[in-house]
Amino acid sequence: MKHFAALFAALDGTTKTTAKLVALTNYFQTAAEQDRVWTIAILSGRRPKRSVTATELRLWAAEVAGIPDWLFEESYTVVGDLAETIAHLLPMPQLGLPDQSLTEWITALMGLNGKPADTRKAAIVGAWQSLAPEERFIFNKLITGGFRMGVSQGLMTKALARATDMDEAAIAHRMMGDWQPASTRFADLIAPDIAGSSSRPYPFALASALDGGPETLGDPANWIAEWKWDGIRGQLVTRPGAFALWSRGEDLITDRFPEFAGLADFLPPGTVIDGEVLAWDVAADKPQPFAALQTRINRKTVPKKLLVDAPARMLAYDLLEDAGIDLRTAPLAVRRARLAELIDGIDPKLGLGLSPQITVEDWPCLAAIRATAQMHRAEGLMLKRASSPYHTGRKRGDWWKWKLDPMTIDAVMIYAQAGHGRRANLYTDFTFAVRDGNELVPFTKAYSGLTDAEFAQITAWVRKNTLERFGPVRRVPPELVFELAFEGIQASPRHKSGIALRFPRMLRWRHDKGPNEIDTLDTLRAVLAASVV
Amino acid sequence: MARAPLLTFTDRGIFCPQGDFYIDPWRPVDRALITHGHSDHARYGHKAYLATHQALPVIRHRLGQINAGGIAYGEAREMNGVTVSFHPAGHVPGSAQIRVEYGGEVWVVSGDYKIEPDGLSEPFEPIACHTFISECTFGLPVFHWAPQAQIITDVATWWAANAAAGITSILGAYSFGKAQRLMAALPPLGPILTHGAVEATTAILRDQGYVLPETIRATAAITPKTHPGALIIAPPSALGSAWANRFGPTSEAFASGWMALRGIRRRRSLGTGFAISDHADWPGLNAAIRATGASRVFVTHGYTAPFRHWLEEQGYEAGIVATDYTGDDAATEPEAEA
Repeated sequence: MKHFAALFAALDGTTKTTAKLVALTNYFQTAAEQDRVWTIAILSGRRPKRSVTATELRLWAAEVAGIPDWLFEESYTVVGDLAETIAHLLPMPQLGLPDQSLTEWITALMGLNGKPADTRKAAIVGAWQSLAPEERFIFNKLITGGFRMGVSQGLMTKALARATDMDEAAIAHRMMGDWQPASTRFADLIAPDIAGSSSRPYPFALASALDGGPETLGDPANWIAEWKWDGIRGQLVTRPGAFALWSRGEDLITDRFPEFAGLADFLPPGTVIDGEVLAWDVAADKPQPFAALQTRINRKTVPKKLLVDAPARMLAYDLLEDAGIDLRTAPLAVRRARLAELIDGIDPKLGLGLSPQITVEDWPCLAAIRATAQMHRAEGLMLKRASSPYHTGRKRGDWWKWKLDPMTIDAVMIYAQAGHGRRANLYTDFTFAVRDGNELVPFTKAYSGLTDAEFAQITAWVRKNTLERFGPVRRVPPELVFELAFEGIQASPRHKSGIALRFPRMLRWRHDKGPNEIDTLDTLRAVLAASVV
Repeated sequence: MARAPLLTFTDRGIFCPQGDFYIDPWRPVDRALITHGHSDHARYGHKAYLATHQALPVIRHRLGQINAGGIAYGEAREMNGVTVSFHPAGHVPGSAQIRVEYGGEVWVVSGDYKIEPDGLSEPFEPIACHTFISECTFGLPVFHWAPQAQIITDVATWWAANAAAGITSILGAYSFGKAQRLMAALPPLGPILTHGAVEATTAILRDQGYVLPETIRATAAITPKTHPGALIIAPPSALGSAWANRFGPTSEAFASGWMALRGIRRRRSLGTGFAISDHADWPGLNAAIRATGASRVFVTHGYTAPFRHWLEEQGYEAGIVATDYTGDDAATEPEAEA
């Protein structure tokens, strides 16, 4: 593990991208081949199946460290990372044991799956005793996951392209899909595809947020507008012998949406479509709110009732592969025309439709259309340059999302909780309340939108003003008022307030407002009533 | 009849009713005994100050015109029948624990302290007492420092690598104590430049006879060309500032006990951090408390709630003293002496 630990130290010891790129490239050239595969897997979030639970790790570590469980929890609250907490607490290891490679450690961990607790405990404790402190942290991270090494997918791709002397976009494409690190050789991982042999998706093209209006984008005639849907971005892949639906997070979700199964027989082999999966309101012929789709996202099997209540439909907006030919470099206008042709020949009952194109007469006209987004159950508009290729990842300039302005409400903070990772020991996760008569009703949590300086200031205030502690949560007097922004609102019988917000975040800290000036539950109910179109 | 406690805890600070004096008070009082010169312990506005001879010059420099007296380490002084004496705390040069005795009962106020000798501060001495008031800035078992020699090797390696690559090293360190401890311990790898705040304290300590290497104040005339391979020691607040950027290309690092935690290091956007502290770590706190032989311990500034709970489980009578010693929270750590 020394080689991987050295890579980690190099990446963690700098904030400069160039230095990280050098360290990674060098590693991809010199590390053992199978270690390279696992490193790619870890950096792209494919960790081995967890064979030990977090609870077990906590108990065993506290026991080995000789401290009571409550003191372990206090320590964890301060450190903000389980793997690191354990690494700090363990006594010094035995030194001089032979080094085992990253692959050997991962293989050993995978071998613990399903073994009795005693066996797993002996293996984990044994590993702790044999690993150097910096290696223990990495070992623990292999178990807990969430390995943030300050390396983006793009940076990893770049380093790999340099190390193998290959094209970046080609490497990015190879890294997609559900390849298994345990059974994939490095050479196969980066080898060119045998055309049409797999269900591997393409890297998604991503849009940037359009701040202000579209007037800076030039001639409206050069742009194609579409609704920005509030569903799951998906890529539908049909190739000879393969049919797959991928989410943007590269999860294979084919089985979660059986509605689309029929398309396998009707889409020509060698077709890859980019679009949005939505829960459909059949009567109104428009999407249901995101909440309806949410009931389906995490269900591996779908009960009949859900299929009736929240039937899925995919609205297609791009065609990446046609008759087995990679179309991504063709202009969007061409791809879209071909997509329209293709979908025209498909029975609408199969669940696939075309996301309508909105004609851009001029910018003011488009702004007026955008204002009606909520009626169409859309979040706003997408603006795509008609001549643009299908980019790999986010390339600023050709694709823009022009969302509706968020809804806002003033609320008071009533609970605060410390964050994790780089927010460890800093109070960043807050619960907010609105007024209902003389009562304060909690209605949402939010943890983003403020600067580090503001969080530091609030943290100092929380420490001085704690009324009660419930584990990591502190109750504070209702004094600090914030303007919260959110993208959507829906009725929720599970919450005391009766409502649930979508994407709540703090827009600003209202130093100028006191707790008597915050909004009421009636205001929220009115927003809810107004948003049900 | 139960006797009134020898030391009480008031909203001005730790107070001795019998001796009529305060220890490290945070609001103006008539008579203040000061453990050391950090600004959260030595504050403005008291009518009379008493500190060790070694601590006074920095205190005077920071507070200006004050009515202050000096006392030697170990020297006993009577105050209305109460005997007080100052004993090395190992925190920074001149820092002291304060021993208070009356009618056979002994209390010790630790101030800030560190167990490991750093080669510059007067080394910590355990003082036997019945009641010990201890800081616990790093009072959690995740904090255990590597030996100073090892950390200094790490700093020296970082400095040498930067120098070889033509990069100026900027080391953030609290300007009184940590900065001088580092410069005194580092091998002579190149010129040591100082930020003005560091230079002032360094000059005072050097005049007092503390052995410190030559330092050069980093004025506008100083550039990477005039002083290649230099190490600049600056207060943490100078890291990432325009002042620091003019020595570019630079590599910045922060020397603080908080750097032991990856989350805090990442929050400061620092790649490099050296976990070196002027406070006792977890084993240090526990060893110091054991060595006093005290049966009662009050803990202050730091992770007081869990540390008290821990001490109670170890069989001590333990309490928490709420104090106004600020700069020790991890959240406000940028300016903390730690």
